[in-house]
Amino acid sequence: MTTLTYAVRDSNTMLRRNLRRMLRYPSLTLMLAALPIIFLLLFTYVFGGTIGAGLGGDRADYLVYLVPGVLVMTVAGGATGTSISVASDMTEGIVARFRTMAIARVSILTGHVVGSLIQTTIGLLIVLATALALGFRTGVGPAAWLGVAAVLLMTTFAITWLSVALGLMARSVEEASNTPMPLTLLPFLGSGFVPTGTMPGGLRQFAEYQPFTPVMEALRALLTGAPAGGHILAATAWMAGIALAGYLWARHRYNRL
Amino acid sequence: MIRVRGLRKAYGETTVLDGIDLDVPEGAVFALLGPNGAGKTTTVNILTTLVRPDAGEVLVAGADPRTDPDAVRAAIGVTGQFVAIDQLLTAEENLALMADLHHLGRRAGRARTAELIDQFDLQEAARRPAQTYSGGMRRRLDIAMGLVATPRVIFLDEPTTGLDPRARRMLWETIRGLAAGGTTVFLTTQYLEEADQLAGRIAVLHRGRIAAEGTPGELKRLVPGGHVTLTFAGDADLRTAAAALDRPVPADSLTLEVPGDGSVRSLRLLLSTLDQAGAELESLAVHTPDLDDVFLALTAQEATR
Repeated sequence: MTTLTYAVRDSNTMLRRNLRRMLRYPSLTLMLAALPIIFLLLFTYVFGGTIGAGLGGDRADYLVYLVPGVLVMTVAGGATGTSISVASDMTEGIVARFRTMAIARVSILTGHVVGSLIQTTIGLLIVLATALALGFRTGVGPAAWLGVAAVLLMTTFAITWLSVALGLMARSVEEASNTPMPLTLLPFLGSGFVPTGTMPGGLRQFAEYQPFTPVMEALRALLTGAPAGGHILAATAWMAGIALAGYLWARHRYNRL
Repeated sequence: MIRVRGLRKAYGETTVLDGIDLDVPEGAVFALLGPNGAGKTTTVNILTTLVRPDAGEVLVAGADPRTDPDAVRAAIGVTGQFVAIDQLLTAEENLALMADLHHLGRRAGRARTAELIDQFDLQEAARRPAQTYSGGMRRRLDIAMGLVATPRVIFLDEPTTGLDPRARRMLWETIRGLAAGGTTVFLTTQYLEEADQLAGRIAVLHRGRIAAEGTPGELKRLVPGGHVTLTFAGDADLRTAAAALDRPVPADSLTLEVPGDGSVRSLRLLLSTLDQAGAELESLAVHTPDLDDVFLALTAQEATR
């Protein structure tokens, strides 16, 4: 077998390990979905009436506005899960064992990345199902939904590599659960919950040019049938950059361990 | 199987290994003995490709860990100082994971897993997550995981630290079994008794240098302090015995200290000497050298050199 087939085979083994851990400790996956659901309920029922009216609509209209922000929040929350599992792996000593074995080194990281992609996808489906149960409706067709899936997958992939790097940087599991926190708050400082136009000067500029805003705008445009091309392009550029930076950072850090 | 010459490693200003030489022939059980901070774990980490040495020549199973780490990794099994198992997986799953990573194939992997579960007495725990295990069981699984691919050399870094005496004895049996099967064993320990029980050769590591090297017997001969304490019922017996053994009579006790290694043969000789002289012995105690004696002796030698 070639080096590449070994790398794929070892990555696959590591993925199965991570999925098994996920099944044995499902509370982490559920917890990751719980936070965005709380915000979804809070913003729909507590603030939804007022904000909806402020935007020239009602609670149901605001729910449509809100969903992209909550979905991105779910992705960001998934980063915490990834960072925690990477860090706890590093502290448990099993990685030292892996490193004394003749296996493809990158497989430990790719196993985590693919595992987290699956975990976050489950979280996204739970959040989306909750939104549908709350009355979220959109008239767009399968092509738009495919676009939504692609944008979410791309974003998750990028944020996951970043959180793998954060998990490797952490000196303890506690630290690993804290460092990705700002990502969870980032949708608030963007177009996730209210349009950026209402924000004061400096904050507005930050909100308009931070990486999550084009992602949320792209999702919103796809879900409402508006032209999404420009947003998708900007989102793709951001996420490609973050994925590459996260990957290089994680690889560098991993090789130094 | 393992050959080390002039191995050096420093972390910043701190020199951890200051030029050590080691030779471990194939099939041997070798113990690296030393206190905390002597450099034992650093040595193991270098030999198992985890840490790069600063200088020196290292060969493990014919390969250099610096230039050909994968060849070394393919030949070794490692059980580090800290238990390296997946706590959320069962013993079976942990072993199957190793089998998959060694590309054993499904059937061979299953067979090897079942074999190791039997060999390491893990049947009752095979399907429980490892986080529910006792310390001894974790260690056994940990060592079993290093053996899945039947390595030619196995490294055990302080394998019995933190285990209760019973678990320690069980582990010793396991290590003897491995050695009997022809595996080369490289072991580190803080306990002279452990090295004595298991190893054919022992090297004493002290402040980054090999302070002494040899068979357990050779090492003990370096150490003063092996003696037999004889206690007598009365003054007359004490005097008779002292005369027979050619020792000075102690002024204020009924005991005599006689140098000796405590072997059955030497005790028999001692007792028959006392019998012939007619000295009635009340009790005797054998004091064998322990790690403290070894270190005191070796460091004292170093200081006077």
